[in-house]
Amino acid sequence: MYVAVKGGEAAIANAHALLADRRRGDRSVPALRLDQIVEQLALGVDRVMSEGSLYDRELAALAIVQARGDMIEAIFLVRAYRTTLPRFGYTRAIDTGAMLVERRVSATYKDLPGGQLLGPTFDYTHRLLDPELAAGGDVAEPLQRASEAETMPRVSAILAREGLIEPDGDMPQDHVPGDITREPLEFPMARDIRLQALSRGDEGFLLALGYSTQRGYARNHPFVGEVRIGEVELELDVPELPFAVPLGSVRVTECQMVNQFKGSAKAPPQFTRGYGLVFGQSERKAMAMALCDRALRATEFGEDVVAAAQDEEFVISHSDNVQATGFVEHLKLPHYVDFQAELDLVRRMRAEHDARENADMLEEKKEAAE
Amino acid sequence: MRGQEARDQAERKAVMATLAQSTGDDIARLWNEAGLPSEAELLRGPETGLVTVRGRIGGGGAPFNVGEATVTRATVRLASGQVGHCYAMGRDKQKAKLAAIADALWQDPTRRNEVETKLIAPLQAALAIARERRRAETAATKVDFFTMVRGED
Repeated sequence: MYVAVKGGEAAIANAHALLADRRRGDRSVPALRLDQIVEQLALGVDRVMSEGSLYDRELAALAIVQARGDMIEAIFLVRAYRTTLPRFGYTRAIDTGAMLVERRVSATYKDLPGGQLLGPTFDYTHRLLDPELAAGGDVAEPLQRASEAETMPRVSAILAREGLIEPDGDMPQDHVPGDITREPLEFPMARDIRLQALSRGDEGFLLALGYSTQRGYARNHPFVGEVRIGEVELELDVPELPFAVPLGSVRVTECQMVNQFKGSAKAPPQFTRGYGLVFGQSERKAMAMALCDRALRATEFGEDVVAAAQDEEFVISHSDNVQATGFVEHLKLPHYVDFQAELDLVRRMRAEHDARENADMLEEKKEAAE
Repeated sequence: MRGQEARDQAERKAVMATLAQSTGDDIARLWNEAGLPSEAELLRGPETGLVTVRGRIGGGGAPFNVGEATVTRATVRLASGQVGHCYAMGRDKQKAKLAAIADALWQDPTRRNEVETKLIAPLQAALAIARERRRAETAATKVDFFTMVRGED
């Protein structure tokens, strides 16, 4: 027999009203506007777009407010929203070589075409809290420097000229890129599907795994060949037009990680690569993604799989923070019936255990008496 | 494809790119200043949907799916028969509708010049200024390496 227990509707409604109140906070403090979040918490917005896997700044800002700044909750909201929209298609692949670059650094070449462009970076700041920001003072306009528009080839192309680095990752000619939003995960998976999963993966999880490879768990001697951040144009093929229609631009961060490789029976000694590409400005995430991409290619290079970061099923199955939070957080929902069943079981086991102990004691006493 | 047809397509694509890159506010402001007609039959939309953005492994290798982006599209027909389309990132439906009308007007030989000079040219100029400014601000953060001779000889 199953008896449904109902109740809690009023408590839930009141809890949500309380949530709305606490979200708004002190009414004498002005309410946040979405454009303030888009402009002034831009990297938080970028993280929500990257892990929510949906490029739309205003929606990400709305999600951040609605989630009271809880980033994983905001990412969850964005993921839920995207399921409500029809799909128009797949864009043409973006060309990061044609990026309007806002930052570009290489740790492998000092002098490279286009140069080292620091852009709006936290690097070389002293990480001292700035009381002037709290006071809300005016901020000076940034300096400008007249310069010729230079082409900025990817660093991997420079090494490729000498033949000392593996080429960009190719797939068989007839390979259609997999899409984890349409098909369930299957292991082992092709590199294109893995990259899709990593690009929307949790920054903290990928950062920890990337860090673990540096500390010796799947050591692979990385250099940042290049990190670049900037806008690239999107184009979509549609049946009603004879050319690919331009949609506008997205800001992305790309990381080319260069790794030492001593060679194998199949490949000569050369540099191998890990690749990171994420929405928005997030070089920590792009670098972590590139480290994980390279570690997950272990079997491709005949390396021993000895560490967590090399274990495809482990990494990809646990990289999605929406899935992770769903499964962890469901534990707090009512499990009254499950628990009653377990309680019953433990009581019965305990009774049997106690009965056995009593029987053993009687047996011992009897033996001692004899 | 004949040369003229290819040139027309390239020009039309450039017009659509300018409209897609510009804000709905800028388009609406110039539209009103120019007094362009906004009457058109809506054949589709404006409606918001998703495109899946593709990148390439290693930057230039096989394509893979990076994530999705919101796009709003509209299709209109003018009384004179031209059909115009718009696909633009974001969720601005008014912008999509105006941009689709602009695409249709641009295809009308009697209207093209007006659309080019009063709408597209000023939008392009504003985009070029913003782009150049961004490039110059980034260029100011370029590292100029120099070497220092230390010690004697």
